[in-house]
Amino acid sequence: MAFGRFKSLSVAVFGLLLMLFSTASFAQDNPDSASHLQREDKAAEKADEKGGAFNANEVIFGHVMDAHQFHFFSWKGSEGEQHHAIIPLPILLYEPGRGVSFFSSSKFHHGEEAYNGYRVVTESYRENLKEKGMEEDQIRLLQDEQIVAVDNNGTPISNIKVYDLSITRNVVQMFIALTILVLLMTSIAKRYRTGQGLTSAPKGWQNAVEPVIQFIRDEVAKPNIGHRYKRYMPLLLTIFFFILINNIFGLIPGSANVTGNIAFTATLGVISFLVITFSANKHYWGHIFNPPVPFGIKFIMVPVEILSIFTKPFALIIRLFANMLAGHIIIICLVSLIFIFGNLSTGVGIGFSPISIAFAVFIYVIEILVAFIQAFIFTNLTAVFIGQATEDHHQHEADAHHGNPPTEPVII
Amino acid sequence: MRLLTPELGLIFWTALAFIIVFVVLRKFAWGPIMSSLEQREKNIAGSLETAERVKREMAQLKSENEELMAKAREERSAMLKEARDTKDRIVAEAKEQAKTEANKIIAEAQQQINAQKMAAITDVKNEVGKLVIEVTEKILRQQLASTDAQEAHIKGLINDIKLS
Repeated sequence: MAFGRFKSLSVAVFGLLLMLFSTASFAQDNPDSASHLQREDKAAEKADEKGGAFNANEVIFGHVMDAHQFHFFSWKGSEGEQHHAIIPLPILLYEPGRGVSFFSSSKFHHGEEAYNGYRVVTESYRENLKEKGMEEDQIRLLQDEQIVAVDNNGTPISNIKVYDLSITRNVVQMFIALTILVLLMTSIAKRYRTGQGLTSAPKGWQNAVEPVIQFIRDEVAKPNIGHRYKRYMPLLLTIFFFILINNIFGLIPGSANVTGNIAFTATLGVISFLVITFSANKHYWGHIFNPPVPFGIKFIMVPVEILSIFTKPFALIIRLFANMLAGHIIIICLVSLIFIFGNLSTGVGIGFSPISIAFAVFIYVIEILVAFIQAFIFTNLTAVFIGQATEDHHQHEADAHHGNPPTEPVII
Repeated sequence: MRLLTPELGLIFWTALAFIIVFVVLRKFAWGPIMSSLEQREKNIAGSLETAERVKREMAQLKSENEELMAKAREERSAMLKEARDTKDRIVAEAKEQAKTEANKIIAEAQQQINAQKMAAITDVKNEVGKLVIEVTEKILRQQLASTDAQEAHIKGLINDIKLS
């Protein structure tokens, strides 16, 4: 048990360090990535001379990041003007002192124009600002798809904070997915109410969902939480299906990457953190503030234990985010390879496409697996943490005496 | 929008959506589904238990029946045996009784025979006595017809008396 705790502790510390370094390296990366961008811009210019441009960076991040519209494809018109096939989405802004603004993202004209004193940041807008002589550091603070308050000249007003509550494509897709989830689940529940599956054999979707629910109850909730599992079943089921349906919808080509967005996973992580913390009992807090170790070690263990309260949900957040994001990026990268090679020469692009597609299909299949696995892991670990927070002292002891392995989460 | 900085809007909408979905599904989906599953499991467990119980009861009934049958068979044989015994006893008793009766009759008959024999003998004795007396009388009459003979005889008698 002590070893298990040490293991979880080391994992937590390692995760935290990793996180710190990763943000640090991200910060360091920024100028680097900017130079990458510049280099790539040059490449694009070269490509432009040939007649076609492909910016993999833009494509990849355009796919995995949130956006204010569903963008499907762009093409050049006969007179060289850009056409975009998009579905504009509503924008909802709150600015202290000015109040709420609500309008369609089409008003921005693909980021080319300001509307009502707001402007969405795009690559061209940043270049525009650079031309205007704005400092690089300031420009770097403006992120793609961010909405900023601008003055009449179109330069951002840095001291005005705009709260962006827009219905972005992630939000829209999440709502669609959840509507389907709710309709599906309520229709299944209705069937059970009429006695289907109760007095007669279950039918259709009942057969698909029922084993999953039973799996979560028998393999996730019962072993981890114990006899109190019934209280947490609705939460665990909701978390599982919430993540699963969004994972699956994220796999539809051209759809948004909802579960690979840190905001989404952070929200779920915070929810599970709140549930874990508020369901924690005296024994759990006792273990944190007065761990059963010799007095001298307590000074080391107590901060570590306090840290572990936060590292647990934090690990959940990062795990789901990183897994889903990585899968999407790999698939897009593999597809982008075709176009990168195609830029070199059309023949190479065509020649490479079967290899690329084969890999993409392979990863896609894995991603379907991952969609289920990650939903399960998130739910399972939430159950494990709830179980740790609610377990009784004697129960714990009994487990240890019976040689049951401690349930320590070391799942990546 | 950076990769690692959560956006406020998405956090807000996700939280809102999660809470709504949680509340709606808890009330309209998980509740009924979970309770139905539980009820069904309970039903199945109950049915299995009932089946097991019925099986046990059947087995018990069967064994009871067998026991009853065995008992009945035993009783029948016991009754047969008793009947046979009774018959034997009655026959024996009858025989015994007949025998004693017969013995009694025989004894009585013998007694009667003896009595009649005695009577007959007595009669014969009496007859013989009478005859002897008659014969003796006749003989005496002939022998003592003369007065000499009478006197000789009386003398003889008197001699006998003197001797004693």
